[in-house]
Amino acid sequence: MLRYTLKRLISLIISLAVTSLVIFFVIEIAPGDPASLMLGVNAQPDTLAALRAELGLDVPKWQRYLNWVGGMLVGDFGTSYQYRTPVAEMIGNRLWVSLPLALYALALSTLIAFPAGIFAAARRGGPGDVAIMSATQLGVAIPNFWFAMMLVLIFAINLRWFSAGGFAGWDNGFFAAMKSLTLPAIALAMPQAAILARVMRSALLDVLSEDYMRTARAKGLSARRALWRHGLRNAMIPVLTILGLQFSFLLAGGIIIEQVFFLPGLGRLIFQSISARDLIVVESVTMLLVFAVIVVNFAVDLAYAAVDPRLRQRS
Amino acid sequence: MSLLSIRNLNLSIHGTPILAGVSLEIARGQIIAVTGESGSGKSMTAFSVMGLLPKGAETTGEILLGNGTKAATGRRRHPGRDSPAGQSAKTDILQMSETQLCDLRGNEIGMVFQEPMTALNPVQTIGAQVAETIRLHRDSSKAEAREQAAQTLARVGLPESRFPLSRYPHELSGGQRQRVVIAMAIACGPRLLIADEPTTALDVTTQAQILDLLKELTEEDQMGLLMITHDLAVVANMARHIVVMRKGQVVEQNDTRTLLSQMQHPYTKALFEASSHQVDLPETRAETPLLQVQDVCRDYRLPRKTLFGRPGHFRAVDDVSFDIAKGERVGLVGESGCGKSTLTRAILGLENVEAGRITLDGAPVFSGGRPNLNVRRKMQVVFQDPFGSFNPRHRVDRLITEPFHLLERQPSAQEWQARIAESLMAVGLSPDDARKYPHQFSGGQRQRIAIARALIIRPELVIFDEAVSALDVSVRAQILDLIADLCRQYALTYLFISHDLSVVRSVTDRVLVMQAGRIVEQGDTEAVFTNPNHTYTRSLIKAAPVLPAMVSS
Repeated sequence: MLRYTLKRLISLIISLAVTSLVIFFVIEIAPGDPASLMLGVNAQPDTLAALRAELGLDVPKWQRYLNWVGGMLVGDFGTSYQYRTPVAEMIGNRLWVSLPLALYALALSTLIAFPAGIFAAARRGGPGDVAIMSATQLGVAIPNFWFAMMLVLIFAINLRWFSAGGFAGWDNGFFAAMKSLTLPAIALAMPQAAILARVMRSALLDVLSEDYMRTARAKGLSARRALWRHGLRNAMIPVLTILGLQFSFLLAGGIIIEQVFFLPGLGRLIFQSISARDLIVVESVTMLLVFAVIVVNFAVDLAYAAVDPRLRQRS
Repeated sequence: MSLLSIRNLNLSIHGTPILAGVSLEIARGQIIAVTGESGSGKSMTAFSVMGLLPKGAETTGEILLGNGTKAATGRRRHPGRDSPAGQSAKTDILQMSETQLCDLRGNEIGMVFQEPMTALNPVQTIGAQVAETIRLHRDSSKAEAREQAAQTLARVGLPESRFPLSRYPHELSGGQRQRVVIAMAIACGPRLLIADEPTTALDVTTQAQILDLLKELTEEDQMGLLMITHDLAVVANMARHIVVMRKGQVVEQNDTRTLLSQMQHPYTKALFEASSHQVDLPETRAETPLLQVQDVCRDYRLPRKTLFGRPGHFRAVDDVSFDIAKGERVGLVGESGCGKSTLTRAILGLENVEAGRITLDGAPVFSGGRPNLNVRRKMQVVFQDPFGSFNPRHRVDRLITEPFHLLERQPSAQEWQARIAESLMAVGLSPDDARKYPHQFSGGQRQRIAIARALIIRPELVIFDEAVSALDVSVRAQILDLIADLCRQYALTYLFISHDLSVVRSVTDRVLVMQAGRIVEQGDTEAVFTNPNHTYTRSLIKAAPVLPAMVSS
């Protein structure tokens, strides 16, 4: 297990190094000069040069890459070209919205999907299964921004249980903040839960037809206990894979939902920065998201090994 | 007084009749064998006793589980046991509720299955899985259950000193896993043990050990043992009574001795014949060498022990040399893990070898880092699994013409059709079958399709890789006849790989015996079987089940 972890860790570091290179150069290659964008079309060449020097754009590309990576390692993400504030601070503020939102949505989706998937698998072909499968079909099909707007219409405008948008801020207390994240989290979680429930169901159905499930029944376990004790853990591998992918998506992909609910999250930050050619912010946020995705994958890999002893030995 | 009596059991699933009027009796300490070909209803009889029938099953009749004789041995009995079945003298399993059945399964009736590789939960330790049966039915603490699981595992030949309870199933061999399954089945000291083809997936030596173990346990615990098998030879020497089933009905049953000497029903006779089936192989003259294997070694890399250490090697095939001449039929026997499959892959040119040379008609099978296509088109292979070796979405004509891509010149459309029809007829199928999908055929028919696929480009060498091992005896006999027939028509040269000695004996001229990567003995098949030189060959022959000589037919 230790060797397995070590190996995963090494591959994590290599992935990070490679992706940082790719991100930096892809974004640098994209046309558009932040200095000229900031100063407008009529800027004097010497002013431009001065600003470039100030932003650190006048040194060779490889040196800028090293400065960028070296800075990130010590928590210095540079200064936004547009707002002239430290990028780390900007990301920090946004992360406090996006991360809780992603976790909230993930928790909701898991809490809905697991029981639904297990229930449907245990009653395969029955009315409960059909109902759940139809519901998930719908959940996958409905666009989440439309669903988000429906939520706003019903719960914010008609029932007035929640506010229609904006973020209350953590300073106003945990519950106020969580409350303002609830509708967005539900909107994000719904399609994810639908997918996850379907994966859970099909993974369990695969496992239920395995020989060892019959062995479990022959031992005297009831169908339900056999499912819980022998089925669930064996069905976890595909479910964990989807769960890992979903978390990554929720962290970065909430951009539309953030727009609908006017949430100051990472998605909106990256969107605004791209429009403003605030390259350093784009690079840093992308890198952060990649980092998150890679770390989540690492965690999923460890979870695989925890679930399945056969993976611990395979190199 | 009998322990289990099945009386006039009828079973239908979704209206389709499966069993009709099945009756049989088992007494304590007795071994009863139920035999018949696949689909005869023998497994369904077992599942009826377990109360583990699929949805839509309807039963009539009685399955009574009694106490048997009162001569219960003290050792495995637990004083505090009370179960629904134990309270009254006899209980009808068919009338029990699901809760009662759960108390019965694993407690009063244990079951062992055919496929030990998949019968265990891969993510739980063997100790936990055996202890689970105990914890489920006994009021014991975790530590007690663990202790008892260790004792049970020791009883089935897996002592804790060599097989710690913390082992996972994938760390054990097939035979060892079957022992774990047996341990789970007997952990609570059941009155009845059901073994459904417990050794069909195992090779001869392991099979003999598992059969001995079952016999021993039955005797020690005075259990009843219901043995289900398609191969009469397996049970002829251990069962006291044999029940022959066909199409859901018992066609004949009697005590073993009587049944073997005076069998009545033609089906029983056919089954017996199939079990020791001898084919009529045409004479052949083998002179020009076709396949030459010279000093071949094949290594596999083992995982590194330390992070920077050198990886170790495992020599799967060790200095193997042999020739196959044109027209010769050669057998290769050995137990699982002896290197048979590795050698096959090397001969097919799928992998390079570490040392030695493999040539077909003088040309190397592997050259320039890949299989030599000029040679490859002269060889075809038939695999073991008639279910897994076809793409289920392709029709038969597409499946069997796949080897055509190996040819330099593709046949014309007309010739293409003619070849399909010809090869299907050669294997006893109809040209109309070309447009069907594999799932529309039975296991034996699929193996015929696999043979048609191998023969369609008229290869010089056919490799049968355990080609009849997954088939039951009657189908196996038919396929062996087909192979002999094809020998007459096409003068086949083949390498027949199998762990089943009786099969190899009947369809080969010469045999190679392989052990731990080496060929330990080779020679004319009859000579090797009648007068084996190597101890390993002798042990293989001794382990193979044979029908007693008293068979009258």
